[in-house]
Formats: sequence, C-alpha cells, structure tokens
Amino acid sequence: MPAADLLLSNYVAVLLATIVGFILVLTALIAARLLAPYSQETGKSTTYECGMVPLRRASTNVGMRFYLYAILFVIFDVEAVFIFPWALTFVEVGQFAYWLMVAFIAILALGLGYAWKKGALQWR
Amino acid sequence: MTTSLWGMDINVWANAAIRLQIIVLVMTVVVMGLIWAERRILGRFQQRIGPQKTGPFGLLQSVADAVKLVGKEDLRPKNADPWTFELAPFLVFIPIFMGFVVVPFIAGWNISVLELGLLYFVAISSVNIVGWVMAGWGSDNRYAMIGGLRAAAQSISYELPLVLSLVSVAMFAGTMNLDEMVRQQAAVPYIVWQPMAFAIFFIAALAELNRAPFDIPVGESEVVGGPFVEYSGIRWSMFMLAEYAGLFIMAIIGASVFLGGYIWPFGEELGRGWQLMLISAKAGLIIFVVFWIRASLPRLRIDQLMGYSWKVLLPLVLLQVLVNGLILVNGWSEVILGVTGLAGVVALVTITGRAANRPRSILARPAAVKVEAA
Repeated sequence: MPAADLLLSNYVAVLLATIVGFILVLTALIAARLLAPYSQETGKSTTYECGMVPLRRASTNVGMRFYLYAILFVIFDVEAVFIFPWALTFVEVGQFAYWLMVAFIAILALGLGYAWKKGALQWR
Repeated sequence: MTTSLWGMDINVWANAAIRLQIIVLVMTVVVMGLIWAERRILGRFQQRIGPQKTGPFGLLQSVADAVKLVGKEDLRPKNADPWTFELAPFLVFIPIFMGFVVVPFIAGWNISVLELGLLYFVAISSVNIVGWVMAGWGSDNRYAMIGGLRAAAQSISYELPLVLSLVSVAMFAGTMNLDEMVRQQAAVPYIVWQPMAFAIFFIAALAELNRAPFDIPVGESEVVGGPFVEYSGIRWSMFMLAEYAGLFIMAIIGASVFLGGYIWPFGEELGRGWQLMLISAKAGLIIFVVFWIRASLPRLRIDQLMGYSWKVLLPLVLLQVLVNGLILVNGWSEVILGVTGLAGVVALVTITGRAANRPRSILARPAAVKVEAA
C-alpha cells in the first residue's frame, strides 16, 4: 500500500470513532427519552441552589485570575507544540539543535520566573 | 483499500468499525467493573463492606445503577442555555472515546496504529475540557459555573506537565508511535530510565481526570458535584462514563508507555491471553493506586493545586526534557538518565513533603492587609 493510502486508512478509525461516539451518546439520550418518566411541573425546572431561590443569572462575571492562567497556558502550550517535533529529530541534527532548544526553553523559563516573581502564579 | 483482521483481508472501514464495536463493549464492561471496584475498594479502606446485595459480591450493582439512570427523568432547568446544555455530554464523552483509537491493548489489537499516536492521544484527551466548561456555563448554576471554571483552570495547568513528561519519554524512544514504544520496552521498561517522568505523568493524570486529591472541580462539599449539578439521569451518567473511561484509558497509556505494556517482562512471543492478563495487571495496579490515593489524601486547596503545577511540576519536567536532551545528544549512557531521574523523584518527593508539612495560609488581599496594619 502506498504511504498516503496507509496514512489515510489509519485515520479512518479516527473518523469512525467520532461517529460511533456521537451515536453512542445519542442512543443513550433517545433511550432515556423513551423510557424515562416525564411530567410537567414548574418547580422542577428551577436552578438548584441548595433550596434557595437563585437571585440572578449565574453566568455573569468570571474571576480575573482565570485569564492569567489561561494566558500562561497558551504561552507554554505553544512551547510544548514546538518541543514535539524537536523531540523526535534532535538526535540526528546534533548539538546545534539541542542548544537551540536550551536557549528557547531558557527564554520561556525566564518568563516563568518573571511571572512567579510578579506573583502571577499565586492564587489570591 | 484493505487491511487484515484475524488473518483475513478486509475493507479498512469494516475493520475499524468491527474494532470500534469491540471497544464499545469492552469499555462499557470495564467502566461498570471500575465503578464496582472503586466502591468495594473504598469500602474496604473505610472499614465498611461496600455494595454487596446485588449479585455475588455486589457485582451487579453497576448494572442496577445503569438501569436506574436510564429510567430517571431527564431535567433541563428553564434558565439553562439549551444548546450548550444539551451538547455538553457529547463533548465530554466523544473525545475520551476517540482516545481509544491509539491505545495499544495487546499486540495487533489497537484499533489503529498512528505514527503520531502519542500526540494524538494528548491532543484529543484534552478536548473534553470544552465539554466541562460548556456544562458549567450552560447550566446557569453558580456551582456548575465555578466547577466548570475550576475544571478548566486545573486541566490547562496540569496539561503541560502531562504533555512534557510524555514528550521526555518520546525523546528517549525516538518515536511517538505507541505500539513501537511498547515493543522497544521488551527488555527494560521506560520507568527505569524515566522515573521522574512517570511520577509527574501520574500526578498530572490524576489532575486531568479530576481524581482526588485534585478533585476540586467536582468536590461535593464545595460545589455539590461541579459542572454536572443540573444534569440528571442518562446525561449525568455520560459524565460518569467519560470519567471512568478516561481513567481506564489513562491507566493503559501509563502502563504501555512507562511499565512496558503487554511486552515486558516476558517478550513478544507470549500468547494473546497472557498479554491481556499482563496489561490488565499493570493497568489494574495503576487504577488501584488511584483509588488508594483517593482514600488516603485530603482534597487540595485551589491555590495549592495551581501552585503545585506551575511552581513544582512544570520546572521539574522542563529540567527533565533538558537533561534527557543533553544525555541523548552526547550519546552518554542510559544509566545516567536513570540516576538523574531517581534524583528528580527524590527532589519531587522532598518538595512535596515540605510543602505538605508547612501549609501556608492564602495570601490576604492587599486591602485586607492594610486593615490589619492599621
């Protein structure tokens, strides 16, 4: 089999897995729709807040600190994406590739150190 | 396009479909078994018996639960956003299920062999956090909202140590094909050369799976179940199914990448049944430790949790990547890798122990400090 065909045939399973997963959840939902009891009662569809009547919508404001971690994550995840291809090939390329990556990680580590010093890693 | 299944030539689509059907059955049975095992084992740890009335040793408890869940009313609060609320269970479950495609159960029994299997697994298994956030946001419930945000924050923080610990093994293996990685471990499993990567992988996997002690997104005493507070019946069980399927898949990946999968210590000539027993034993050991940890450790506070990932695990795992690179590029002995890895484990344990024995209070907000000073 040619390489392109082999590649495609390997990813057939990925496509099928998506479809099968979707069908699995859908069947479960349909089964529940058919089997489960259903009654219309107004009190049942209120938001659960341990017995209290909720005051207002919940999805209003989100703590700023979540964004801080999200930004840090994006930076370091991009780093991880660069490390992936490097990890497989650096031995063939040799010393140069290694020291380049050392420099790259050092710059990011510097950034992490700065964020640490600034208190961005401290949850408050 | 044809491929072979049990020695027969078969269309690739049919092949994948048959293998996926088998995995659906295996996954369902294993998840039910895991739920039963967790309840029994936790019972033993807490000096009680656990489920025992339904069937021998309570084995049918999960079946009874499943029947109950299907027959339970499926509620949707009227404030909830219909689309995000309805679609969240799909997004929580499907990525986990897609992860099964690359898992090397036993020789020749993975659904598909992807050249970049490790990258695929890492990428696909973290998509389901979108489902958690959607569940939290769509429910329009304060507990669910906080739970979803916590799940997102925790998942993205522990994603990096998890990914980089697997990368450091891939550096050593020189491949990301999971099947190939297992076959390279016929003599010595990678845990010997990469002990710290395994420790970090294990801790990060606990956090990715929202298992104790990293279970603040779903902590019952804080956010009454987290993102799935408003879900009931079958949709709630989708979250549980995804959680335990995730545990199953992570245990098998851990056993395959670090513990030698189906091959170590008996080699490739072993029969299929023995290989299955070997991988089950290794994955079972990992799962047992996960349950054990749940029974032993208290839940972490969110500042401890985030700090542990960013201040301890991430620097250590970056160091591991650099040390691996230095040793491999110079062609030094593998023994050095093992020794430095062990030193890393000692450092990790020491840091964790010190942090655990000297709990710091949450840093007060600047305004509160001022009031104290005055």
